[in-house]
Amino acid sequence: MSVDSRQARWVVEELLAAYVDCIDNDRLEDWPDFFIESCVYKIIPWENLSQNLAIGWVLCDSRGMLQDRVVAHRTANLYAPHRYRHIVGAVRILNCADRIIEARANYLVVRTALDTVRYGTSEIYSAGEYQDRVVVENGKARFVEKIVVADTARVDTLLVTPI
Amino acid sequence: MTESTESSPIRWPQTEGVRRVPYRVFTDPAVYEREQERLFGGRSWNYVALDAELPNPGDFKATFIADTPVIVCRNREGELNAMVNRCAHRGALVCRELRGNRAALQCVYHQWTYDLKGNLTGVPFRKGLEGKGGYPPGFKTTEHSLRKLNLTTYRSLVFASFSDEMEPIEEYLGNEIRPWVDRVFNRPVKVLGYARQFIHANWKLYVENVKDPYHASLLHLFHATFNIYRANQGGGCLVDPKGRTSIIRAWRRAEQNDRDVDGMALRTYQKGYQLADPSILESRKEFEVELTNSINHIFPCVVVQQIQNTLATRHILPKGPDSFELLFTFFGYQDDDAEMDRLRLKHANLVGPAGYISMEDGYATELVQQAILRGGGDSSYIELGSDGDVEGRDENLNTEAAIRSFWRYYRSVMEI
Repeated sequence: MSVDSRQARWVVEELLAAYVDCIDNDRLEDWPDFFIESCVYKIIPWENLSQNLAIGWVLCDSRGMLQDRVVAHRTANLYAPHRYRHIVGAVRILNCADRIIEARANYLVVRTALDTVRYGTSEIYSAGEYQDRVVVENGKARFVEKIVVADTARVDTLLVTPI
Repeated sequence: MTESTESSPIRWPQTEGVRRVPYRVFTDPAVYEREQERLFGGRSWNYVALDAELPNPGDFKATFIADTPVIVCRNREGELNAMVNRCAHRGALVCRELRGNRAALQCVYHQWTYDLKGNLTGVPFRKGLEGKGGYPPGFKTTEHSLRKLNLTTYRSLVFASFSDEMEPIEEYLGNEIRPWVDRVFNRPVKVLGYARQFIHANWKLYVENVKDPYHASLLHLFHATFNIYRANQGGGCLVDPKGRTSIIRAWRRAEQNDRDVDGMALRTYQKGYQLADPSILESRKEFEVELTNSINHIFPCVVVQQIQNTLATRHILPKGPDSFELLFTFFGYQDDDAEMDRLRLKHANLVGPAGYISMEDGYATELVQQAILRGGGDSSYIELGSDGDVEGRDENLNTEAAIRSFWRYYRSVMEI
């Protein structure tokens, strides 16, 4: 279905609001469902993207890989407990003439530490831009592709919770 | 060096030697000061770049040897040079960007200009203006170069040293370990990207980590969680007799079916988690000696890593006694095909700040740093395995021998 840019903005804003709510409130098991089956999800530092270097921190090319990330997050990986708050800026629609909506939005992730040493300390963890391609199928909007371009190239300790 | 750092700040346990490491070496600012002078500023070949980062004349890269800012650049003749990134005039940073290409290096403060070898070529108002001011007649530009560093390359690796009396890099790498460096750097490489982590721990805790095969299956639970069967995994640990280089290797045992070897030859149990998308385990044979993991440390601050088809240098950049930056430079070979490019990207999910089998390393070093902050006279306990295990080539991953060899060399350099 084709949409006008006002509708497209509404669709993407709703999708992003639900997406960050899912992560920030630790419902990671629901997170892969924001993507189509053959999706692309990458977190790549601007340092690399700006030099046409392809390496990112997270490079998933299927929903299955996102599910594996969640299982690893819950069961395998070890990290200091923390919470996120995503602040998403104004959505810009680049293209909505075709079936797929292309959109951009700035994001900021504030990470609050829940470990014994730094408990309750909030810090800007990552600043960057979402570069999204969204499709609406059967009334549900999902990411076909979500490229998280992180200006914050220097990751504080590690990255385990998706952005 | 000041008086206070000249006298050893550390009392090492006499009887146990390097089987104990006093926690103060990870926290004491006096130890960190002493490292700047004796270790990084002394007879060390410090990794500074991959040659593929500087392919063209005029290409430069700003980096650090411990706290000292350093420029690496390729001059007009195509040779690499390294200099301290500090203007000979009043000490300002000359290179202000991380990387780029320049015909010359110019300090912005008073526009002193240097060529790509670090020689001073231009000084504004050298003779003053209208007969007034200017430098005295005896001023010689040749006496005011950037501080030049000794530079050497080994295959694609670029090293710099403050010492002009360094042994050749081949000797520094050592006969035991050099063939393993050759294995990875067997032909020209290309850079695929960077990843940076800021870790709130002393840099030596990370060096211990990359010399510690014991933690691999205990801290990193990725394989265990997904029931990726690794009972057939073999492994070993080699160290250079001097303790400057080491390698931890893991491989699949030969008795496995050839049928399985195309993939990762991994079997899964029928219960528990399985990867929804196992494509991350597909790898392609590309070395004569096949290893699943190869972690090669070169003293003081670089690790050359091969995990499946992902290749990277890990540059450990100390940022004070209680923090360091870990800079991954991912690379492939210039003749990689598109399928190999794809595999290297996919396997990058295993390492780096979000790596399935590496994200815990930095975190583990932080857990140590947080607990030893007031460690008093306490020491760590590094007794696993015998040192003969390594020197006798007994292939064994349940050993801390490589950690001990690091500390032996560290103590000799630091005289503590």
